[in-house]
Amino acid sequence: MAISAPVRPGGAGHPSGNDGGTRILGLACRECGAKYPTSPVHVCDRCFGPLEVQYDYDLIAERVSRESIARGPDNIWRYRDLLPLDGEGDVDWRVGWTPLVRATRLGKALGLSNLWIKNDAVNPTYSFKDRVVAVAAAKAREFGFDTFACASTGNLASAVAAAGVRLGLRTYVFLPADTEPEKFVNAQVYGANVIAVNGTYDDVNRLCSELADQKGWAFCNINVRPYYSEGSKTLAFEVAEQLGWEVPDHVVVPIASGAQLVKITKGFGELAQIGLTSGKLPRVSGAQASGCNPVANAYSRGWDAIKPVRRPDTIAKSLAIGNPADGYYVLKIVRETGGAIDEATDAEITHGVRLLAETEGIFAETAAGVTIAVLKKLAASGIVKRDERVVAYVTGNGLKTPQAVIPLLGQAPVIAPNLDAFDAYLTGQA
Amino acid sequence: MAAKVLIPTPLRALTGGASSVTVEAGTVGTVLTALETAHPGFHDRLFDDRGDLRRFVNIYVNGEDIRFLEGQDTPVAARDEVSIVPAVAGGR
Repeated sequence: MAISAPVRPGGAGHPSGNDGGTRILGLACRECGAKYPTSPVHVCDRCFGPLEVQYDYDLIAERVSRESIARGPDNIWRYRDLLPLDGEGDVDWRVGWTPLVRATRLGKALGLSNLWIKNDAVNPTYSFKDRVVAVAAAKAREFGFDTFACASTGNLASAVAAAGVRLGLRTYVFLPADTEPEKFVNAQVYGANVIAVNGTYDDVNRLCSELADQKGWAFCNINVRPYYSEGSKTLAFEVAEQLGWEVPDHVVVPIASGAQLVKITKGFGELAQIGLTSGKLPRVSGAQASGCNPVANAYSRGWDAIKPVRRPDTIAKSLAIGNPADGYYVLKIVRETGGAIDEATDAEITHGVRLLAETEGIFAETAAGVTIAVLKKLAASGIVKRDERVVAYVTGNGLKTPQAVIPLLGQAPVIAPNLDAFDAYLTGQA
Repeated sequence: MAAKVLIPTPLRALTGGASSVTVEAGTVGTVLTALETAHPGFHDRLFDDRGDLRRFVNIYVNGEDIRFLEGQDTPVAARDEVSIVPAVAGGR
C-alpha cells in the first residue's frame, strides 16, 4: 500500500473535525466498570481502580480505513480517531511514525530469522514519552489547565517540558535527585520548572499524587493519566501499518509502570476490533532490570500480586519503578498471550546496549539494553521462536544515558597529526 | 495526641471535603477503623469483599509504604502522618 503525501487532519483523511463527543463515550473503571464523564480524573470513586477511555468502536470502524489513515500526517495524529481528543493535536510536531527496522544482523546474533526493531529513540525529545505526552498535553489544554506537570524518571520530564513550550502551558517536572545529569539538562533547557526530589521515583510519585490533589494542575501521569497512557497505543498502530497491516507474532516490551505494555496490547486489540487487521493478536513478553524487578519476580513465582521493590538499584533508571501500578495487568496479558517476563543484570544491560549499537547502528538508552538482553534470553530458551516475526521496542536514545557505556569503551587513542604517528598506531594494533 | 490522615480527592466526599483529618494514633489498622467510625464509608472504599486492602490502594506512614513496614500492624504515633494514595497506573 502506497503512503501518499500527508494531509492535515480536517482534510480528506479526517472528515471528523471536533467530534470527540460522539466518538469518545467517557471513562470507565477497569475493575468495577463504573462509568464517568470525560474529565480530569483517573481513579474510580468506588474501588480506586484505574479509569480508562471508552470509545464507540462501531462509529470509528465506519469512519476509519487503511486509506484514510495513510492520508493522515506522518506522526501519531494519523491515528487521531483512536485517540481521546475532541479537537486536534499538535499536528506540526513530528511525534511518532518512527522507523521499524529489519534487524538482520542482531537477529543473526540472537538466532532469530525475522526480527524487527521499533526505533522510538528518534522522537523529538528522544524517547517514546513524546507520544503519551502529546496526547496528555493536548487534552490538558482542552480541559482548560494552564499548568502541566509530571513525576518522572527523566524521559517524561523532557517530553513534558517541550510539549509545554509548544502548547503554551507552564510546566513543573519532579525527578529523583539521582537522575542522570543528561536528563536534567534535557528538561531544564526548555525552560521548565525542574524540581529534584530526595527520594526514589515512587517517593516522587506519591508526592505528586498529593500535589495533584492540591494544586489544580494537570499531572500527565496522574489526573490526566487515562488520556496520557492512550498515546502508547500508537506504538502498536504504527508497527501494524509498517508491516502492511499485519500483526507481529511476538512483541518484547520493557516494563516500568507496565502501562506501555498494556496499551500496546490494547492497540493491537483495537485494530482487530475495527477490522484494520486480521484479528490476530501478538504474544507479548516483558523485560525488567534485575535491580528493579517486581513484575518479573511476580511472574517467575506465579504470583498475581506485585510485591514492590523499596530501593531500586539499576543503571536502567527509566525502568526503576518499584511499585508499578499496571503490574497486575501486565502479568495477566503476558500469561494470556503465551509470552514471558525475564530480567537483566547491569552487565547484561550494557552488553545489550552495545550489541544493538554494533549490529544495527542504533544507540539506545539502558532501558533498551534491558529489552535486548531479555530478548536474547527468551530466544536462547526458545520462548521467542526462531522463525517468529518479533518486534522489540526500543524506547529511548543512548545519548540520555552515556555514563552506562563509557566505562566499557575506554579512551580513544591520541596521536600526533602526521602519517607516521598513525602508522605507528596501526603497528601497535597489529 | 492524634495522628493526621491525608485524604485523597476521591474520598473527600466522606470527610465533608476536608483534605486531612485527625484521628487517635495506634496502628494503621486502628487508624482506619477510627476513620470509619468518624466518617462512615471508608471501610467499603478501602477494603474488598474479603476484607483485604484493595489492589489499587497504597497507604504510607510518614512517606513509607506500609508493605515495607508491618502492614496494618504498623505503629502510628502521635503527630505521624498517614497518607492514603491511589496507585498511579502510568508514567516514568
